Order: sequence, then C-alpha cells, then structure tokens
Amino acid sequence: MGNRCAVIGVGQTQYRAKRTDVSLAGLVREAALRALDDAGLTFADIDSVVLGKAPDMFEGVATPELYLADALGAAGKPMMRVHTAGSVGGSTALVGASQVQAGVHDRVLVVAFEKQSESNATWALSTHSPFSASLVVGAGGYFAPYIRAYIRRSGAPGNIGMMVAVKDRLNALRNPYAHLKIPDIDLAMVEKSMMLWDPIRYLETCPSSDGAVAMVLGSERAAAAATAVTGRRPAWVHGAAMRSEPMGMAGRDSVDPRAGRDCAADVYRQAGVTEPRRQFAAAETYVPFSWYEPMWLENLGFADKGAGWKLTESGATAFDGDIPWNPSGGVLSSNPIGASGMIRFAEAAQQVRGQAGEHQVAAAADGAGLALGHAYGGGSQFFAMWAVGAAKP
Amino acid sequence: MTTTREQGSDERVRHVLEFPGGYTRSTGPVIGRFLTGLRDGRLFGVRMPDGKVLVPPTEYDPRTAAALGTADDDWVEVGPAGTVTTWTWIAEPRADHPLDRPFAWALIQPDGADTALLHAVDAGEREAMATGMRVHPTWRADRTGSIKDIAYFAPGDGPAEVPPSETDLEPVSMLTVPSRLEYRLRGGTVWNRFIDGMAVGQIRGTRCSTCGKVYVPPRGVCPADGLPATEWVDLPDTGVLTTFAVNNVPAAGAPEVPFVCGYVLLDGADIAMLVLISDVSWQEVRLGTRVKAVWVPEEERTRSVKNLKWFAPTGEPDVPFERYEEYV
Repeated sequence: MGNRCAVIGVGQTQYRAKRTDVSLAGLVREAALRALDDAGLTFADIDSVVLGKAPDMFEGVATPELYLADALGAAGKPMMRVHTAGSVGGSTALVGASQVQAGVHDRVLVVAFEKQSESNATWALSTHSPFSASLVVGAGGYFAPYIRAYIRRSGAPGNIGMMVAVKDRLNALRNPYAHLKIPDIDLAMVEKSMMLWDPIRYLETCPSSDGAVAMVLGSERAAAAATAVTGRRPAWVHGAAMRSEPMGMAGRDSVDPRAGRDCAADVYRQAGVTEPRRQFAAAETYVPFSWYEPMWLENLGFADKGAGWKLTESGATAFDGDIPWNPSGGVLSSNPIGASGMIRFAEAAQQVRGQAGEHQVAAAADGAGLALGHAYGGGSQFFAMWAVGAAKP
Repeated sequence: MTTTREQGSDERVRHVLEFPGGYTRSTGPVIGRFLTGLRDGRLFGVRMPDGKVLVPPTEYDPRTAAALGTADDDWVEVGPAGTVTTWTWIAEPRADHPLDRPFAWALIQPDGADTALLHAVDAGEREAMATGMRVHPTWRADRTGSIKDIAYFAPGDGPAEVPPSETDLEPVSMLTVPSRLEYRLRGGTVWNRFIDGMAVGQIRGTRCSTCGKVYVPPRGVCPADGLPATEWVDLPDTGVLTTFAVNNVPAAGAPEVPFVCGYVLLDGADIAMLVLISDVSWQEVRLGTRVKAVWVPEEERTRSVKNLKWFAPTGEPDVPFERYEEYV
C-alpha cells in the first residue's frame, strides 16, 4: 500500500436542489476552502489537485477541470480530472491518496462536485445512442429491474426498501449539510409516494442536488503538522481499492457484481478486516435507491447472500444499531452525483476523526474504530472503497 | 435528443444532443456584477492584490486562488475603448458567429485593464486589422447581461454610444446558454449486419470463439475475452423475461408511460436483451414469462430496430426462476 496517507481536512457545501448563489467555481471553492481551513492550510500549501465529477452533460461544461484549475489554486501544480460515473467521488479520493502513498506528494487537495440544477439529471442520463432503443429513463429505469431480481432472489418482504428510505432521511435530520429534511417521514409516507420505476417509489430514490466536497490528504509528516496546528486528529487510510467490470457481459451478476465483492475483499485484506459487521463501527455506502442497502450489505460481506434485508429489518443498520449505515443520511438525502462518492469517503473519515457532529456514531470515535467509505457507478460496474481509522495503520 | 437516419450505403445516423430550453449558468457574484455592467453599457474589471486589473474578472486570483472582487473598492471601470493585442481573420463567418461578414477575432485590452478579453472586431477587411490598433465597443440597444451586449468592437477610439436601456432591474445572477451537439454516427460493420437482419425480421447475434457465449445484440469483441467475435448466429425471436421495470417517468423518445421494459433471454443466447414488453397490462407482467417478438408487418419494414415493436407473452407456462437466475 506504500506510505501512510491520512485525511487531514474535510470541507462540504450545503447540499440543495439549486445553488443559484454560486458559480461552478464558487461552489468548488466553498468546499475546498473549508477543507483547507479544517487542515489549517491554504492553497499555497497544496502540492497537487485532483478533481472529480460525473458526465459533463450534467452542466454542459466540457472538461470543466480546465477552467476550475485556477479556482482551486492549481496554477503551477499538477492537476488532473477523474471520471468513473457515479463512483467518481470515491475514485478521485483514491487517485489523490495514491499520490501520497507513492511518496510523490505530501498534501493533495481532492475535490468533487456536481451542479445538477444547470440541466436535468434524468435527461442527461437518458441521451441514448441512436443504435439502441430508448427504454431506460434515468438511473432508476436502469436499476429497477435489478432491484426486482434481488427481491425475487432473496425473498425479501416489500417494505425493506421503505425502511431504508425512512432510516436514511431520519439520519439526515442530524446532518446540517443534508439536502432532504423530512421531519415527519414514515413508512406510510414512503408507501404513498408515487411509483416511478416499479418497484422504486419516489421517496425510495435520491434527490438531485448541487454541491461539492473536498478533502486534504496528507503524508505522515503533513498529518502530524496539521494536528499540531488544529488539534484535530486525522483519519488514516487502512485500505483502499478500485475495481471495474464490463456492463454487458454474459454471466455477469448485475445484482451482486463481482467487482464489488473483489474490491471489498482487497480493502479488507489491507485493513485486516475479516468480519466487516463487527470490525467496522460505521459505513457510508452509495445507496441511491433504497433497495441498494440490502444489496450492498451482501455484496460487501456484512451479511450472507440473500440475508442483507434481514440486517436492515432488524434495525442493525439504523443510527442506534450495531452497524450504522449512512449515519449522514447518505445519497438518499443528498446527491450531487459527482460528489456523492467522495461525500461517503469524507463522512467515513469524519466518523473516525470524531468530527461528525450530531450524526457521530460513538463507537467510531473511540480511537480504535474503522469506518468504510464506498461508491459505485455506471451500471454497477465501477467500485471504489476505503477503510479509514483513527489509529495509524 | 432527436435522431434521423440518412439513406444510402454508407449510412450515418444523425445524433443531436440539446438540453431543452438550454443549460443555465448561475453566475456567482463576480461574473454577475460584470454582466450587470454590460447590461448597463459599462465594462468593469477587478483589481488583483498586485494592483493589476483583470478583465473579464474572475472570483479568484488566477495565480494564487485568493478571492477577488469581494469589496466594492476592488472594482474598476475600464475602457470602453481599448487596444488589440493580437487577432485572427475570419474570412468566412459561420452561422453562430457574431457577424455575418468577414471579421476578426481579437484579444482587446480595455484602457485601464491589464488583461485582454476576446471579442469580434468589425474592420471590414483584413488589411484594416493590426496589432496595437485602437477599437471601441458597439453596444446593442437590447442588452440582457451577456457578453453579446457588445455587438462587436469597431476601429477607432469612439465615442462608444450607449443606447439607453431598461433601468431598475435586478442584478444579473443567471444565464441561459443553449448548446447543441450534432454528431453523424456510423454503426459499423457489426451493427450493419445486425440491422440487415432486422430488415427481414431476423435477430442476429455473435458467438465468441473462446468462451462460446452468444451475444445479442451482437458484439464485435467479446467483453470477457477481448477477442473478435466472428461467428454469426441466427436466433429465434422467442425467450424468457428475466426481470423488468414498470416505467412511470415520461421522457422524449421513450414509449408512452406506463411502459414495461424488460430483459429477455432469447432461446440460445447467453445474455438478456433489453426490450419493450407489451400486449399485456403492466400489472400482469411476471418474471419467467415466455415471450415472443411482435414485428411490424412485412410491407412496412425498414432497415431499423423499430421493425421489432416489442415482445408479448406467448401463453406458455412460466419458466422456473432457477433456470434463468444466472442471466439476471
């Protein structure tokens, strides 16, 4: 895994349906400046900048990294852009981490964003090639058949998705940055919401958000210096991996993709995790449609195949459960697509740094706990994950 | 998004990407103030920490990323006349260009600014253009808060007339920017052979010579082995529905809602194909249903995937989940 790498600063913008008060540059700067401030640094202290976002069709700005380089203090420094669809926020963090782990840089600023209000995500995700029929409308249209297959395969009762939808929105009430705040959310409200892509209801889907997130990743030396200045402890990277697989491949399991299982296995091996449910104190996972919680519980080894929904049903993944999933409210509560993966990584780091505020999971802040950050993208074909902990690996 | 098929042997498909109504751009305070100035017929720049004036302004110092333009004192009115620092001649203007006659694209440094902005110069002829020449803006009467509020720059110091405009408007904070990408795509040899089959009501797939898997729609390269798939297979138009969604979200180009899109594993194929399911009410669609293609009548067929209208239940007994589970 190379040199040690730590998260020494985290910054998030408010996530909202429309951030009409800022430009794209203003949006990413808001997150970047907060992350620098958290690390006790300025742009001048940064060695390299890595920027991530999902398809350019969302804002209609081609290769925005070119124009945002100056806004992020990258003049005279290495700057690169990462794109792996919805998992890009996670991949961006891992590309930045690899620059530290390789010993190339001491302090890397990683930033991810989306400003979905500049167009419409369902439109941007439904611009089909003229060589295929226009049968998939938006991401929900793509994932709904696989959710149906999961329900059939696992025998899960129909209310599991609704339970996740309620749980994550209740968690969001504790998170000042969260987009959706629905104080009176309950199963009945979710059940009554419109069926968009049967079996996915409106309240079982993620919102469309504007927002950005940034982290400063540092070497061991940089981490010690930051803690000396800020008094805040870093989150150490204990394991990190990416995997991908073709979307349309005969024999591929689209419900429980091998790339996800392999990616998790790699991260767990690096971090010494053999029992994820017991060893992780919290997990921030990419759940844009509520049913993906039980699906990823199985794919990530927190539950046996076919038994993920039982964990959700038992309340184990709730804020007061033994393995809280998405204490921040998750993608179901805030979804600036390109940023959503990095928000998971950043929230995992905040948990082990003891900086998660009202949605702090106590067991994650005890100095020994590990937290998982997870992102997926495309047709469940790109995976990025990391395990972070307060203790030096 | 619209697509139109061109006829002919070297068939290409027109593919247009255009967000209805145009993309929006929230300007943020600095660009917004610059655009508000343009609407008022005035050019503004922003002072950098070293005293130099940046036009057009940015929210940050391009060298250090320090915030700019946060205080009123940071703002400087410049021009409106300026000096051409470099230029290029456009002998044949395109439809989207600001002038319908030959003109120059030029970098123009307004008086009082330390940087140049890009705009058009209406010089009449190439010989009239020179680096170092003086130019002044020609303001439009119908200004909206856009760089196009300057129709073009004209040779000489001016004066630059500013036709009166509406006053008491809110500051500019949003732009709408229509953009259109138009591609002409070739389907390629594999697609053409597939579509030739569709023209006669035959679904064709390819078989990988290494793993033996049959792909439909066909693939030029096996995604698992990375090797060319050269063997063609004619497939029946019957299969089993492995999973589906009921779509209630309308979209341009998609079928009328509610519609059922499903994955059908054709008999003899190794990967399920995404298709429309119809001739059955959405409430009655089940996993494992045996289905068969419904084609447009022979006399109406064209060289198009649209020949295959949808798949409909055959009425045969459902296939047990275990028999197709691995194809989901």
